[in-house]
Amino acid sequence: MIQLSGISHRIGGAPILNDITAELPRGKLTALIGPNGAGKSTLLRLIGRLEPLQQGSIHIDEMDLTRTPSVDLARRLAVLGQQTQIASRLRLSDLVAFGRWPHHQGRATARDRKITAEALETFGLGDLSHRFLDEVSGGQAQRAYLAMTFAQDTDWLLLDEPLNNLDMSHARGLMSRLSGLVGSAGKSVVVVVHEVNYAAAWADHIVALKDGRIAATGTPDEVLNAGTLSALYDTEIEVARHQGRPLVLHH
Amino acid sequence: MADTALHLTAMPAGRRKTRMLLALSVLLAAASALWLFQGLGEGNRAFILQLRAVKLGALLVVAAAVAVSTMLFQTVAANRVLTPSIMGFDSLYVLLQTAMVAGLGVAGFAAIPQLTKFLAELVLMCGLAVLLFGTLLGRGTRDIGRTILTGVILGIMFRSAAGLLARLIDPNEYAVVQAASTVSFTRADPVLLPIGAGLTAAAIGVALWLAPRLDVLALGRDTAVSLGLRHGRMVVVTLALVALLVSVATALVGPLSVFGSPAFFGLVIAGLAHALARSHRHDVLLPAAVLIAANILVIGQMVFERLLGQQAALSVVIEFAGGLFFLYLLLKGRIR
Repeated sequence: MIQLSGISHRIGGAPILNDITAELPRGKLTALIGPNGAGKSTLLRLIGRLEPLQQGSIHIDEMDLTRTPSVDLARRLAVLGQQTQIASRLRLSDLVAFGRWPHHQGRATARDRKITAEALETFGLGDLSHRFLDEVSGGQAQRAYLAMTFAQDTDWLLLDEPLNNLDMSHARGLMSRLSGLVGSAGKSVVVVVHEVNYAAAWADHIVALKDGRIAATGTPDEVLNAGTLSALYDTEIEVARHQGRPLVLHH
Repeated sequence: MADTALHLTAMPAGRRKTRMLLALSVLLAAASALWLFQGLGEGNRAFILQLRAVKLGALLVVAAAVAVSTMLFQTVAANRVLTPSIMGFDSLYVLLQTAMVAGLGVAGFAAIPQLTKFLAELVLMCGLAVLLFGTLLGRGTRDIGRTILTGVILGIMFRSAAGLLARLIDPNEYAVVQAASTVSFTRADPVLLPIGAGLTAAAIGVALWLAPRLDVLALGRDTAVSLGLRHGRMVVVTLALVALLVSVATALVGPLSVFGSPAFFGLVIAGLAHALARSHRHDVLLPAAVLIAANILVIGQMVFERLLGQQAALSVVIEFAGGLFFLYLLLKGRIR
């Protein structure tokens, strides 16, 4: 369980998060939703220690985020931020292999290579593994980053808008794989998603943020209803049902 | 299946890199031997040999320092066109020379023991670096752009201050400053050279030891932190190594801008190292960069001294030859 208590965060004087207290359940696929600027990414980056914590505390299982050595955290929690440009010229296989770094610190074993190769296959990158990162499409690069994060093989996976640049089939494939990791491998996943229907179809738990505060939390059935969503996005939204799950109609 | 595929391609790639490093080493050994023994007359062999050996040593130390500092700086800055030469070390060195001559006079300046001067320059230049990089520490080490900009502005300030001082002193003193402010591999003193070489070797040793972590650092802050690298500390350690290397080289032979626009020399080395090593691994990139830089400097200096009879500047040789090769690689698409 990730325990967030009293988290407030400011960037350049502007308040981004206001006194957030929440629990992200273990063994579930949790979706963070909300309008632009609600603070979803900031919250995810704080949990992944990509930003220094200004106020409040975060516990990941029994570990206090600010007191645990970063390398120990890296074996328990993998975080994928929104992509940045990498200056070095990397092959996709090199990038994915870095996912094993927290475990071997520079000396890869046969097991590390096996996990790397599996992650490449899982994300359909087997044939592209020798291509350079700047020679593949945005979606393929995104899949390579995801494969690296998977290769890290941690209990917790935090993904900031992992569906960016992915086509329909790969987006659905990713969500189903995440759901599978939660179901069969007992992992816990937290994703920031923009398209609420991915949350509706795959998430076990939803945290909705608005203006740096928690607007609603609960199961998809509890959160994804016309009233809550319309207020969350300040837009008229209808919710239908499809195969026993909510289907959000917003076009 | 995929595992074996990865394995199979990893092997020849490793062998190719070893071959590349070996070829560069052989070339360097040949160039060094030619440097030492070419046209060695009958008389005074020992004296000439010693003179040449010291100069060769200085060339090698400076090449290694410039190569590694450039590679490290580019890794930290996540940028392939920046080199540490924009950080104002050269200007500080010139300002120090001018201030010493202005303060002590020509006789006083000449009377400073070489070792004292060398160490004082080293301490001052490293002090500047600590100040500069200290601004990074306070900002969570994320504002590397700001630090670089501060360095550029300080460099301009030092240059202006040196220019002002130069105008105030008398022409004879100014001639001394000018002589002290141009690079000279003959100035490298047999006493200072071993110290400079030792410091440079130590810094490069640390860099090689840190190589796996440098590979992760090059992935950018977010990815590095996610993989558990202590990013802030790593940035500071890397920049400290850069500062030490640049300071040692500058204090040893003078402002490094002799290699033409110094940014260009660093750029050529880094570009060639990436093109020839074709790897992201610093344990391959750093030795490759050192060997490339050493080859360029030794061969360049040899062409300059023995073929052109000192009739051109070393920078012309380096920029012309290095630039041509760089262009060739660029056009072949080996550099990007």
